[in-house]
Formats: sequence, structure tokens, C-alpha cells
Amino acid sequence: MQICIYPIMTYFRGVWCIMEKIIPAKERLTKSSKNRMDGELRGKILVILCAVIMISATISITIFLGTKGLQSFIKNGVSLIEFLTSTHWNPTNQASPEYGALPFIFGSFAVTFLAALIAAPLGIGAAIFMTEIAPSWGRKILQPVVELLVGIPSVVYGFIGLTVLVPFVRAHVGGLGFSLLSGMIVLSVMILPTITSIATDAMGTLPKNLREGSYALGATRWQTIRKVLIPAALPGLLTAVVLGMARAFGEALAVQMVIGNVRNLPSSILDASATLTTIITLNMGHTTYGSVENNTLWSMGLILLVMSFAFILLIRYLSSRRKL
Amino acid sequence: MKSKTADRIATGVFVAIAIIIVSILVGLFSYILVNGFKYISWDFLTTPSSNIRAGGGIRDQLFNSFYILLLTMIIAVPLGVGGGIYMAEYAKPGKLTDTIRSCIEVLASLPSIVIGMFGLLVFVNVTGWGYTILGGALALTVFNLPVIVRVSEDSIRTVPRDLKEASLALGITHWHTIKTVLLPSAFPSILTGIILAAGRVFGEAAALLFTAGLSTPRLDYANWNPFSEQSPLNIFRPAETLAVHIWSVNTQGLIPDVEAVSNGSAAVLVISVLLFNLLARWIGSIITKKITATK
Amino acid sequence: MVTTLLEKEIGEQTIQSTVPLQMEHILNVHDLEIFYGEKRAVNGISMDIEKNAVTALIGPSGCGKSTFLRSINRMNDLIPGARAQGEIMYEDLNILSEQINVVALRKEIGMVFQKPNPFPKSIYGNITHALKFSGIKKKSQLDEIVEESLQKAALWDEVKDRLHKSALSLSGGQQQRLCIARTIAMKPTVMLLDEPSSALDPISNAKVEDLIVELKKDYSIIIVTHNMQQASRISDKTAFFLSGDLVEYDATEKIFTNPSVKKTEEYISGRFG
Ligand SMILES: Nc1ncnc2c1ncn2[C@@H]1O[C@H](COP(=O)(O)OP(=O)(O)OP(=O)(O)O)[C@@H](O)[C@H]1O
Ligand SMILES: [Mg+2]
Repeated sequence: MQICIYPIMTYFRGVWCIMEKIIPAKERLTKSSKNRMDGELRGKILVILCAVIMISATISITIFLGTKGLQSFIKNGVSLIEFLTSTHWNPTNQASPEYGALPFIFGSFAVTFLAALIAAPLGIGAAIFMTEIAPSWGRKILQPVVELLVGIPSVVYGFIGLTVLVPFVRAHVGGLGFSLLSGMIVLSVMILPTITSIATDAMGTLPKNLREGSYALGATRWQTIRKVLIPAALPGLLTAVVLGMARAFGEALAVQMVIGNVRNLPSSILDASATLTTIITLNMGHTTYGSVENNTLWSMGLILLVMSFAFILLIRYLSSRRKL
Repeated sequence: MKSKTADRIATGVFVAIAIIIVSILVGLFSYILVNGFKYISWDFLTTPSSNIRAGGGIRDQLFNSFYILLLTMIIAVPLGVGGGIYMAEYAKPGKLTDTIRSCIEVLASLPSIVIGMFGLLVFVNVTGWGYTILGGALALTVFNLPVIVRVSEDSIRTVPRDLKEASLALGITHWHTIKTVLLPSAFPSILTGIILAAGRVFGEAAALLFTAGLSTPRLDYANWNPFSEQSPLNIFRPAETLAVHIWSVNTQGLIPDVEAVSNGSAAVLVISVLLFNLLARWIGSIITKKITATK
Repeated sequence: MVTTLLEKEIGEQTIQSTVPLQMEHILNVHDLEIFYGEKRAVNGISMDIEKNAVTALIGPSGCGKSTFLRSINRMNDLIPGARAQGEIMYEDLNILSEQINVVALRKEIGMVFQKPNPFPKSIYGNITHALKFSGIKKKSQLDEIVEESLQKAALWDEVKDRLHKSALSLSGGQQQRLCIARTIAMKPTVMLLDEPSSALDPISNAKVEDLIVELKKDYSIIIVTHNMQQASRISDKTAFFLSGDLVEYDATEKIFTNPSVKKTEEYISGRFG
């Protein structure tokens, strides 16, 4: 049988010294209860627990909001068709309450698309400025600007919208000032940094030879950008826009402060309007928990949840295209 | 030449866009700071707010904001860093990891109002706590967790593989290697990320409306007993934060000096967020310097 | 420190190392195959590694030297999809077995990498990092081991005045010797060196080479090198690898003067690789 010399430290007569003790290899080197890797298991369990908490948070949010959001249809008998297609919202009418949420659904989509319409060209333009026009100093200036814009809390955007933008629209454009237009402008500023930073990443990861190849053919910078770079980065740029839209769709307080919150379908961009988030924000506190009206607010919340899943799926689809 | 002209015009447009964005930021900041500085005074920061009269301050709101932030971070940082460690070091490519990644993605993209509703359902109604600081902090944890997980995972992944191998090759367990080699090396960027996330939490309002509430009980700052109703430290009391305050005085407030209070509060809020940003950069660069110091 | 009988015995053995028959084997490799996913990087090699000797692994880039070396202390476990078949017997255990506690194994079979990779800690901290983990906490004892291992790594005189300065402030050669010192501090029986001096200047390289020859008294060393002079200067035995096969394994002198396989001669004389 082979044996081995294995140094272990022993405290001996007041001084540390190294004594050599014979321990067979089998005992030293195999997994046994004695030399189990200390703390290894404990640490692993700890971090797995963190991962489990994340999964369970997501699942419980889906389940809780799902069941709660369906209650108005299942328990209170509100018609899903009416909820999604009727433009009459009048839940406080005792005799015949109406639960048509279409104006709010429309409002949400309208401000989201309008905001994207402004923010997408600006954001992508800024990204191109940072990556193609002035990669050195342009980036140094715009990058922090974008980061600071992200940092401004949404209530502050709402507050400035309320005190500056709304009076301005009232005085110079028309209407009450509280309008789709104001909501769109506030949201577009809010999603601008999201679109800019992701679009910059998308442009920045394009291979260098793409540019060089185009310039070598004698194309101008604009031709290169338009014909080569933008098409190549398109899935990434679209991802940026979709992420911006997802943020706009879910934004509550800033929009609520400037959009006017009326229950009618707007007929022009200067009309006051409402979105799913603004109605939830306004009415959640005023309605009795468990009442039909309150339950329909949860149904609107469920629409927000479903939409954020939809945005994720869209982004996934886009990023799968990017790999091709 | 036509294409030359088009090129010039396009360049001009891009420069104009950059100028527009910079001026939006400059405009926003100067508006907030110029208007807000007029109202910020020691008094403003240290008197309690008023529901009907003019001249209220933001003492409690300011305290609440920091207190909720602290509580959120105490819960979210260990969980988030733990999750990040799991994703960077233990997760094996496969279905489970993909699921967790999807969960993080979903959590990250949930609108904060939806998180607020979840908080209302679970931390207010199911638990029966009512509007509480703890409920608010838990909702903000949900809001914040995916950010911290991502930051931690990315930071740990950028630690050179060499260091990990060196440690493992010396007969150190994986977990101890994580604790003593990977985390310390990843620490500056994790910290920077956490401080930036803290700035976001500090300004968040929608997730708090229905969880921490719109009111603050009368607080006695001499009372340090966390179980007492009047103690500012009580985590089971409702608490209106600064961001929520700005919203509530503007949309449902009765006070005559709405402009003054909200201008002042907005300035305080933005300055705080700005400080978080600067702090993050500063600490990040200091620690990086210290670690890579060649002296 | 108590020097035991056995240590002396080992010392004497090394002196007589010209007589190969008396050599003891520290590792016996049988039919070792290593795969990365579907791809086979090492094709069933068998060799015995001698105790208290320097064994050099040479061969062109990508022939599987590092792969083989890393399997000896199970560093390949870190690579997803890497797996090994066959046997590497160490004492009476198969290192590749599931039953092996790799953490304990790596304390006995230490490794030094091509690129110096000190921890971003002090010089002192680099050496005590693993010691503390294995339960040695006492300051005086740590001090003693730090000095001893830095002495052995021929670095003590250069750094004794700045033990608490960052290890990253050392030169590349010093960093590499520090990496060797921290491995020595764990008192391994086998040291695996993967091109330890390829990233160093000639003077540092010479120092590391002297060090390796010195270390052979206490340790069994396996070294991967692309430098033929280095292999011939410091090793006792040399193994020539070619695309995953062990082409020739013999005493270094024989390999470099009179190899029995033509490929070996071609490689050594620089005709390919
Ligand atoms: N992590 C890995 N995944 C897949 N294949 C790998 C991996 N590492 C190495 N290989 C492959 O295994 C083979 C052997 O690689 P190895 O690193 O052992 O070569 P080497 O002899 O050390 O080369 P060098 O002299 O360049 O260090 C190579 O073909 C390499 O491509
Ligand atoms: Mg190699």
C-alpha cells in the first residue's frame, strides 16, 4: 500500500511548526463527509435561492395580476367585448353602468406611437451623430447628456409638462393645453435617451469593414449611412424604438399630469384624452377595493402586463433577426 | 455635385439633432434649478409639509425617500448580487437559465405602475399591512432587482478568467473564489451600478402611490422606537416620498403655494439624482484607481 | 521545521537521478483521451511521470499540451463540454474519478499559467490568500510561510521591503515568480507549469529557469514549453506531442540528440511547427 507525507500545521510547545503526518491519499483526496468543500454548498444554495426568488416574483406577478384582472369579466360579468370595443366609460351610472375602455386603450397606443414618431428620428439621429459624425467629442458630450436625461424622475417631467408645456400649448397652439399633443411631447423626451443609447449600441457594434467597404467605393458619408449602415443596423434600431415604446406605454404619472384625463375618444391631437395608466393612477385610490369599477382598473392593468409581454416578444423576434 | 450637397445637408441635420438634445437637457436642468433654488432653504427642508396652508416644507418626504431607498437597497442588493453571481458563475446553459433570463427581462420591462398594482395586491391587501414603508420598499425591490442582477452579472463576467483560474488552481473552492477574488474585482462596477439604480429608485413615484401611500403620519424625530406609531423608523407606517409629493400636490393638492413647493421639491429631487450620478462616477473611478494602482 | 527522513531520502534520490531505473513515478497516465464536446483534443496517451524530475511537454501549437496539463489538476472541469476518459493515477487514486475532491487535489497539484496572473492584492496577500482559506490564520505562521516561499521562488530579496505593496506593481518576471511562490506556499507535490516564461524577457526567463531546476528537489514538475533550448536545459524527460498524440517520450538527452521518431527530429530542428 502506498502512503504519503502530508504536511499539516500543528501548534506545538508555543510555536507553530510543520509536522508531517501520514494520511492515505484516499482520505485526503476523495469526497467524504470530513473534507467536504466548506461553504461551497451553502454558497450555492444561497445564490440559487436568489434566482428562485426572481422566478417566483415574475410568476406571482403574472398570476396575481392575471387572476385579479380577469375578475371583472368572470365575477362581475363585464363583457370582454364591450370592455375592449366600446367607447362609453361610465361606471358610476347606477342604472346602467358602462365599461367601455376603448378610449383609454386608444389613448395609450396613440401617445405611444406619436411619441415614438418624434423620438425615433431624434434618437437614431443622435446615435448616428455619436458613432459616425463625431465619434470622439460628440460621444463625450452626448453620452453624459443622455445618461442625465434618463436620471430625471418621471414626476419631474410631468411637473415641467404641467407648468411649462401645457400653458405653452394653450397659448400658442390651441385647445386647453391638456392634450394628446402635450402627452406626446413629454413622452418623447422621456423615451429619447432609451432610444438613443440602444441605437448607439446597435450602430457601434457594426463591423468596421462595412464602412470601409462603402467609402472605398466612393460613397459619401450620408450614402454610407443611408444605404449601408442603417439597413445593417435596422433590427437593432427597431429594438431601440420598441423599447422606447414599451417605456412610453407603461409610463403613468408624467402623462397623467398633462393629458387631461377625459373619458372621451379624442378627435384631434389637441383634445384632452386619457390612457390606461392615467385612469388607473387616478381612480385606483378613489374606488372601493373589490367593486366592479375597481376590478375593471385591474383589467386595464392586465392589458399593460400583456402588452409588456408583447413588447418582449417583439424584441426577441427582432434580436433573432439580428443574428442572421 | 448632388451627392456632396446631400451629404452636407445630412451632416447638418445630425448636428442639429445633437444640438436639440443637448439644449433639451440644458433647458430642463436650468429651468428646474433656477426655479427651484429660490425656494430651497433650510426651513423648506426641515419643516413638515402642510395639506392646506402655504409655507409647508418637505422634511418628512425627504426622510421617507431616503428611508425607503435604504430599505429597498438592504433587500435588493443582496438578492440582486446573489442572482448576478448565480447567473455569472453557476447557471449552466439550458432551459432553466433561459427561463431565469426571461424572468429578469420581464421584470425589467414591467411598467412601474404595474409593479405598484402588484404591490397593492400583495403587500397591502393580501398581507393586510395597508400602506407601509415596507410594502413600498418591497415593490421597489421588484422594480430594482433586475437592474442589480444585470449589473452584477456583467461586472462579474468582466473579471479576467485568469484570476478565477489562479484562485481555483490553488485549491480554493468556487464559492470562496467568488467571495475573495471575483466579487472584490467586480466591486467597483457593481457599486457604480447600484448607486445609479439608487438614483432611479429615489425618483420613482408610480410604484409607491399604491404601496407606501400618499400620506405621512405626524412624526416625532426624537422617537427612535421602530415599533412606535410616531417613530420615523417604523416600517409599518404609510410614507409619502418626495417624488410622490410632487405628484400629489400638483394633482390633488389644496395648498396655495403649489408652485413653490413643487419647484423646490423638483429641484431637490433632481439635485439628489445628480449627486447619485456624480457619486457613482467618482466612487467608480476612485476604486478602480486604487485597485489598479501601480505604486 | 522538522526535516524528516523521507525528505533527505528524496534529496539523495535527485542527486542520483541519472539512473532512471531508480526513479519513482508520481503520475501514471493510461489511455487518456480528452474531448471538447465532440472534438477530441488528446488521443489516448499513456506515460509515466517521474517524481522529483522536470518533465517537458513540447509540440506545435494546438497539439493538446495545455489540454493534457490542465486535466492533471482538473482545471478542464471549468470548460463546459470538456471531458476526459482513461486514467491518471496519482498514488493509488484515479485523478479523473468522480469521487475526487478537486479542491483538495489542486492543493497537491498546483499550477502556474502562461500569463502572470497575480491577484489584485498586496504581494503578501497573494501568498496568504490560499493559506488563509486552508485554515492557517496565525500571523507569525503566515509570515514564516510567506518568507519561505518567496525565498524558494528567489524573489525574497527583491520584495522583502515592500511586501504590502500591490502585486501589480511588480515586473512581469517578478509577477510570475510570485505566482510560483504562492503555489509553493501550498506545499504541493506536483507543479504544472504552462509556458511559464514565454511572456517574459530573457533575464526573467533565466531566473525562472534556475528556479525550476532548484524546485525539482522538492517537487515533481511538468512544464509546457515552446522553447527547445529551455526544454533541453532544464528537463529530465521530454514528451513530444503532435495533434493530440504522444509521439515520443524519453530522456531529454535522447530526445534532443538521437530521437527515434523522424517527426520528433523534424520538429526539434525547426522544420515545422
Ligand atoms: N476550450 C476549448 N474548447 C474547444 N476546443 C479547445 C478548447 N481549448 C483548446 N481546444 C482545442 O484543443 C486542441 C488542443 O489545444 P491546447 O490548448 O491543448 O493546445 P496547446 O498544445 O496547448 O497549444 P499552444 O501551444 O498554442 O498553447 C486545439 O485544437 C484547440 O483548438
Ligand atoms: Mg497551451
